[in-house]
Amino acid sequence: MKKFVNAPEAVLAEALSGIAAAHPELKVDAENKVISRTAGTKPGKVTLVSGGGSGHEPLHGGFVGPGMLDAACPGEVFTSPVPGQMLAAAQAVDGGAGVLFIVKNYTGDVLNFQMAAELATEEGITVETVLVDDDVAVQDSTWTAGRRGTGATVFVEKIAGALAEQGADLAAVAEMAKRVNAASRSFAVALTACTTPAAGKPGFDLPEDEMEVGVGIHGEPGRRREKLRPARDIVATALDAILADQPLTAGDETIVMVNGLGGTPLIELYVVFHEVAAALADKGVVVARSLVGNYVTSLDMAGVSLTVCKADADMLSLWDAPVNTPALRWGI
Amino acid sequence: MDTDLARTWVQAIAAAVDQHKDHLTQLDSAIGDADHGTNMHRGFSAAVTALADYEPDTVGAVLVKTGTTLISTVGGASGPLYGGAFRAIGKALDTPTADTQQVAAALAAGLASIQKLGAAAPGDKTMIDAYAPALTAFQQQADAGADLAAATVAAADAAEEGMRATTPMQARKGRASYLGARSIGHQDPGATSTALVFRALAETLGAR
Repeated sequence: MKKFVNAPEAVLAEALSGIAAAHPELKVDAENKVISRTAGTKPGKVTLVSGGGSGHEPLHGGFVGPGMLDAACPGEVFTSPVPGQMLAAAQAVDGGAGVLFIVKNYTGDVLNFQMAAELATEEGITVETVLVDDDVAVQDSTWTAGRRGTGATVFVEKIAGALAEQGADLAAVAEMAKRVNAASRSFAVALTACTTPAAGKPGFDLPEDEMEVGVGIHGEPGRRREKLRPARDIVATALDAILADQPLTAGDETIVMVNGLGGTPLIELYVVFHEVAAALADKGVVVARSLVGNYVTSLDMAGVSLTVCKADADMLSLWDAPVNTPALRWGI
Repeated sequence: MDTDLARTWVQAIAAAVDQHKDHLTQLDSAIGDADHGTNMHRGFSAAVTALADYEPDTVGAVLVKTGTTLISTVGGASGPLYGGAFRAIGKALDTPTADTQQVAAALAAGLASIQKLGAAAPGDKTMIDAYAPALTAFQQQADAGADLAAATVAAADAAEEGMRATTPMQARKGRASYLGARSIGHQDPGATSTALVFRALAETLGAR
């Protein structure tokens, strides 16, 4: 393992310290491991709290700021945060209008956020929870823990965050978050496994000429292994899986994200986007807004995820609203 | 079972997890996210520290404190599942000492907590596949009038057998379920750590 670390067990604490030093507009509570806005909460504003295992940066801490999250609670690498952290985050940001927990659908995240919601309710904080489960590589059936939450998390946090900033109430913000999730689908392919600092070696071995199809963002193997193919064919596989689950017709407007998993150069992400744009154009589907870059990573995994959201006019307008966070910034 | 035994059990689990940390993480690498050993180690080390200066009145208090510590330090699914189980076991042992039947009832409460939170059933390739047979074996021994030591040895044996039986199963819950049929052929890390928990109790009693 070759990594820029001092000690595997110190990675999270030191990275949080680095975030605090690099971003004065963010406040880092080192003891509770909570990242929030230095400026605090405007009275009466609904607040958004998300969190999950670390290793997916900039998710979630990089999305804290005006127009998006109010706080993020990072767990250890690939490990859900604990209820006490989420409670501390809710207590730190609640302005009386309630807190929306944005939770990616993994057993650990769901259980810990559920416990946190109970604790926060006991403390008199109104909590709503929205689950993000957009990954079509996982069939939602009795054979699984349900679909994973991946790329759509960025869309949910951006769009619901914008609505909260405009002064909407908790029920409306939660409803919008659920609508965005319901309209979004993702699919990912990996060319290498990732290495967690604690494990020190890749999660799986992948020969030079093979790829993992339908991977998640935690270094687990995908649904199947295939021979590596040209970017055009890989995009077709991902897009077919997405469209099979949510058909799009000519004239539909979309927000499309081509997301790197941490170890793929931006130039390759643009090659992928080139193919996605061409394939959607063939179907007459409109790419109304797009995002290309590393937003939901899986440490050093070489790979790409594709997320497509069938967006309505409200979603597009909220997407365009000002956002000022370390990882997304426009309109300010 | 008394408060000292409960505390020694938790210390024995911490020692076992420390010894098997890399093995647990390795099993989790194959079908999960390679953090089970690290997380369990962090949690049980914290539990041992939390119990060091603690003077409990009841057996249950030791285990409730252990569970609370696990919930606040482990994270992942294991934190609520193990933490909730220890809290449930502890709440059922609200006395300075407990006999074999009381422990059987408490272990049943622990399993119920895991099933309620995790919504998993036997055969789903989870910690329940070690826990459920361990509880059945323990209860049978208790009903036959066996002492606590004999009942826990039977439970540990059954847990290990259940743990090995997870290898051919296809996961239906937790992160391994995302792999579909590719989860077959790997021993479940959660069932493995559960077997360690039961073996630690048997060894703690055996050493008395």
